[in-house]
Amino acid sequence: MGMTITEKILAAASHEKAVHPGQLIMADLSMVLGNDITSPVAIKEFPKFGKEHVFDRGKVALVPDHFTPNKDIKAAEQCACVRAFASAEDITNYFEVGEVGVEHALLPEKGLVTAGDVVIGADSHTCTYGALGAFSTGVGSTDMAAGMAIGKAWFKVPASIRFDLKGSLRPRVTGKDLILHIIGMIGVDGALYKAMEFAGPGVSSLSMDDRFTVSNMAIEAGAKCGIFPVDEKTLSYLKEHGAKEPRVFSSDPDAEYEKVYEIDLATVNPTVAYPHLPENAHDASEGASIAIDQVVIGSCTNGRLSDLRAAAELFRGHHVAKGLRCLIIPATPRIWREAMDEGLFTIFTDAGCVISPPTCGPCLGGYMGILSKGERCVSTTNRNFVGRMGHPESEVYLASPYTAAASAIAGHIADPEDFS
Amino acid sequence: MKAEGKVFRYGNNVDTDVIIPARYLNTSDHAELASHCMEDIDPDFVRKVEKGDIIVAGRNFGCGSSREHAPIAIKASGVSCVIAESFARIFYRNSLNIGLPILECKAASEEIADGDKVSVDYSTGVITDETTGKSYQAEPFPPFMQSLIQAGGLAAYIKENF
Repeated sequence: MGMTITEKILAAASHEKAVHPGQLIMADLSMVLGNDITSPVAIKEFPKFGKEHVFDRGKVALVPDHFTPNKDIKAAEQCACVRAFASAEDITNYFEVGEVGVEHALLPEKGLVTAGDVVIGADSHTCTYGALGAFSTGVGSTDMAAGMAIGKAWFKVPASIRFDLKGSLRPRVTGKDLILHIIGMIGVDGALYKAMEFAGPGVSSLSMDDRFTVSNMAIEAGAKCGIFPVDEKTLSYLKEHGAKEPRVFSSDPDAEYEKVYEIDLATVNPTVAYPHLPENAHDASEGASIAIDQVVIGSCTNGRLSDLRAAAELFRGHHVAKGLRCLIIPATPRIWREAMDEGLFTIFTDAGCVISPPTCGPCLGGYMGILSKGERCVSTTNRNFVGRMGHPESEVYLASPYTAAASAIAGHIADPEDFS
Repeated sequence: MKAEGKVFRYGNNVDTDVIIPARYLNTSDHAELASHCMEDIDPDFVRKVEKGDIIVAGRNFGCGSSREHAPIAIKASGVSCVIAESFARIFYRNSLNIGLPILECKAASEEIADGDKVSVDYSTGVITDETTGKSYQAEPFPPFMQSLIQAGGLAAYIKENF
């Protein structure tokens, strides 16, 4: 019987000829990732595994991106713990402020993940690298410590759900709208323990940045991974970013899927997930009565250059609504620099936005843009849980950069397709 | 081994942000995390919880972020185990790895009421609602997970086997 791309990658990594859903395997890891929140817990656990050093100093990435630049004394202590470990273990891929960016934008940009890799990260959005045809998944700190110790992790091979995409998205409709639409369709546990596989002729029309956004939010449907096939766009992205030689796997025609959904990309509308679950999907056009106080454009979901260009396209010649705060957070120093060089910052500052250094800060209510009681924010981030961005009685509405920018200008949720 | 305590009952999709809000993630101190456990969904939880108490919830418990701080906060608050219809996958792994017992049982998740006195026999997976007298059978752990649990968590398992 045929195998899916996920099964093939996991079979290769566990030195098996074939694997099947439900099978428990021990897989070799290509990269083990942690951030400033999760790494300190892993570093504390590390000595318990009985290994003197990390299994491979080139296959560990320590990315202090959540509460950096250090938000307070405790955050500074956590970063100091990561810095000291990185130095003691001579970790190749440790990134200090100035080089650090939001981890899931940074690793692909630095060419640290390639097709066919198996990656674990102590961050739930590690599933982002599925866009590159890699198997990557989020784990906790103890799993991260185990990965650093032995370079392996245990997995239960997931069954796969396939999303057959056809056609192409309309202008100002993005990968974010697609994934919010899908989560709205299947629910926040619609792919629990499963692999989400995106396939079909519509894949080729999606940019790499769109694919990163789609894979990034697979976890919001409960999935173990969100994986794309490797095509010309993937290969040229990997080459451009100096990634190591890709190992291209593809699903067999007779591979088994637990379910198959068909989606005509042209029918996807600008979509907004209302509080307090990413599955509460609504068309952006329904939101005109929802007044907002803040807009955040950034994060591992939507802080890439194309996201900033999308926002700038709408902000050009416009100003944010009176009394509204709009934060723009380029996800990495390179994106920051490119956005500046392209003149996007002039557009943003003329529009009344403020530009932040790369950080996860507001996405998880850490710092930089916290909401007070009763405030509403349209955000290009990935979660809208109770209290996610601040006060338990504040509200987060998830949307694309186009929708976020249109909403910032209007002062309420707005459909970017209606924007001239 | 047995657990016994009163039940704190919650609904579906209890996420790790309400179990331990990110504003407290600038520390990994267990007691400090426990002092904010469930704060955004049940501000009284920390005041009311006693050693041995049990959380019963619906589908997809622990969804959201990978923060191991969530099961750590629950365990450090004194909760003996969590019973749910289903668990989010990272929370499931994390709980096994740190030794927080979790049980999947749809019927128990649907029927056990807030405040009920419940006992759990880990060796058999039998959950008994002492208040109503009704018993439930939880899903058994697959053999690999049992060996992880028996070893005393992932670190001990790996130390033994690798």
